[in-house]
Order: sequence, then structure tokens, then C-alpha cells
Amino acid sequence: MAAEHHSPLEQFRVEHIGGNLSLGGYDISFNNSALWMLIAVAAITVFMLVGIRKQAVVPGRWQALVEFLYDFVANMLKENVGNEGRKYFPWVFSIFMFVLFCNLFGLLPNSFTVTSHIIVTFALALMVFIIVTAIGFIRHGLHFLSFFVPKGAPAWLLPLMIPIEIISYFIRPMSLSVRLFANMVAGHVMLVVLGSFVLPLGLAGAYISGIVPVAAITAIIGLEFLIACLQAYVFTILTCIYLNDAVHMNH
Amino acid sequence: MPQLDPTSFSPQLFWLAIAFILLYLLMSRLVLPRVGKVLGQREERIQGNLEKAVKLKAEAEEVLAAYQKSIADARAEAHSALNQAAAEIAAATAAREADFARKLAEQTAVAESRIKVSKTQALADIRTVAGDLAAAMTSKLTGVTVNGSDAGGAVEAVLKERA
Repeated sequence: MAAEHHSPLEQFRVEHIGGNLSLGGYDISFNNSALWMLIAVAAITVFMLVGIRKQAVVPGRWQALVEFLYDFVANMLKENVGNEGRKYFPWVFSIFMFVLFCNLFGLLPNSFTVTSHIIVTFALALMVFIIVTAIGFIRHGLHFLSFFVPKGAPAWLLPLMIPIEIISYFIRPMSLSVRLFANMVAGHVMLVVLGSFVLPLGLAGAYISGIVPVAAITAIIGLEFLIACLQAYVFTILTCIYLNDAVHMNH
Repeated sequence: MPQLDPTSFSPQLFWLAIAFILLYLLMSRLVLPRVGKVLGQREERIQGNLEKAVKLKAEAEEVLAAYQKSIADARAEAHSALNQAAAEIAAATAAREADFARKLAEQTAVAESRIKVSKTQALADIRTVAGDLAAAMTSKLTGVTVNGSDAGGAVEAVLKERA
């Protein structure tokens, strides 16, 4: 049990907080994952509202950061989707901020990384997939199905191309969710594994040797901050690209 | 791997839905309109200032053009005044010169006529003097008294011969 408790995967354990809750026969008990989701939502809201509270014409540092994030997502959406994308901005912004804050909060000591759970990332990716597909059908009707017929391909290749297009379309939520999930898990596992080396190495050598994994952790935690931001960006820009496909149907 | 424990799925999905819908509502209703308003106001203000700057620039250019025009006008005026003065001076000089030339010519003509008169007078006198001289010389040399008019006739004849 003790050895199991120091497993690198132990950090991903979902632990109930409070009593059991259920809804329609399903377990919906509050847990550490839900706690960090709500912390992220609260933190995003407070961060944004406090940053913008002065409504200064010449922004301070905090307000500039808030405006930077707003412009960053708005430009990403505009460059990929164009002006038709404006009405989806709150949704895309919510995705970006939620993934970003969950990734970053996961790097706090003793926290829980919401985005290291495949069910969470898959649910987010499936939401993107369903909403984007719905937008495609609402905007173009059944004509949206022609999205699966590659333009300019010779007719005799179509029996091969159309299934490939359909498969690649349906694989999108998988790749979107697994990319985020795997990046988060790998980084956190690596940190814990390296951390578990510190004591044995320090005891085995002349205490000094314990510095080696500590230095490695220091370097990798910097890398993990980069990855946390980068993966939020990747998730969001892929959402924008999929949105563009649905809105404009251009391959 | 705790991620693959199916019992953790339903609570996470439930709370994810709650959290994300809450976040979406907060962002779309409360947060993003505020940020957008601040950015829009700044955009408006910058645009307004830019427009003001453009207007001021146009005004400044207008003032500059008016200034340059007035300078050019003043220069042209000065130029024409100079030209006029020069022409007036030239005209006055020419008039004075003509006047002077006319007076000079008048005086010359008067002097010339006076000279002519005295010349003819002198020539006439010379004849009388020559006649008188000839009569005096004849009476002194020959003792014959010749009257003046005869002597004059003789002198006249000699002069005619010589001429």
C-alpha cells in the first residue's frame, strides 16, 4: 500500500469530497476534480473582472494581460474563421481559458490536474465536435455532407477518399482529447518520477548527488508551464480550424 | 491508471458540465462584454484622436497655405510697386531730358541766329569800313576826293570779283 501510494499515477486519483450524491442512478459525488474545475472557473472570472475593473484607457499590467488574452483568442478566431466567427467568441474563449487554467493549476503542488483525465478532455473534445458539426449542418443543411467529398479528386478515387475523409473527421475528437490528456499525464508523471529519485540518490551518494534530479525537475517544471500554455493554445486553434471547416466548408 | 476507472467518469462529466456552462455564462454575460467595452472605448478614443489630429493637420496646412499666399502677394505687390516706381522715375528722367534737350536746342537756335545777325552786321560794316578806308586812302595818296558811295561801289565790285 505504501509503495502504491508513491506511484507516479497516484496524483491522478479522484477522491470524493463529502458524501455520495447521485442523479438518475448515476454517481455525481463532488470530488477533487470537480473542486479544481470550480476553482478554475472562479479564478478565471475573478482574474478577468479584477483585471478590467478600472476600465482604464491606458491599461495597467493586469488589465493589459486581460486584454492580451481577449485579443489573443479574438485574433485566433478572426484569422481562422473570419468575421462569421465572432458569435462563437465567448465559447472559444471559455474553452481556451478553462484548458489554460486547468493546465496551469495542475502544476501547483498538491493540486489536481483536471485535464490529465481522458474523460474530461474527451468530453471537451466531443463538445467541440458536436457543436462544430451542428453548426455545419445548421449553416449548410445536408450540403454539409459534401465536405466529405474532396474537391478535384478523380471520380474513381472517390470510393477510397470519402471513407478516409469520414474517418479523419470522426477521429478529430480522439486526437484532440488524447493530445491534451497525454501531454498533461506525461509531464506530471515525469515530475513525480524525477522527484522520487531525489531521496534515494541523495542517500546513496554524498547528498550532493540528489541535486541532479532537483535540477532536472527545475528545468522540466519550466517546460511544463510552456506545455500547459501551448496545449491550451493547440486545443483552441484546432477548435477554430474545425469551426472554419463548418462555417466555410473549405478544405 | 486512475483515469481509466469508469466509476470516476460520471461525477467528472457532471461537474465538468456544471463548471463549463457556468464559465460560459459568466464569460458571455458578464466578463467579455466588459472587456469588449473597454477595448471599444479605447478604439473609439484613438480613432477620435486620430481624426482630431487629421483635422488639426489640415487646419495647419490651410494656415500655412494662407501664410505662403500672403507672403507671395506681398512680394508681388512690392515687386509691382518697385516696377511702378522705376517706371515713374524713368518717365520723369526722360521728360526732364527731353525738356532739357528742347531748351538746349532753343538756346542754340537763338545763339546761332544772333551769331548770324552779328556776322551779317559785321560783313556789312566791313563793306562800309572798307569803302571809307578806300576813300580816305585815295584822298591821302592822290588828293582826289572820292565820295563814299563811289568807294563803296568799287569795294563791292572787287569783292564780287574775288568771290
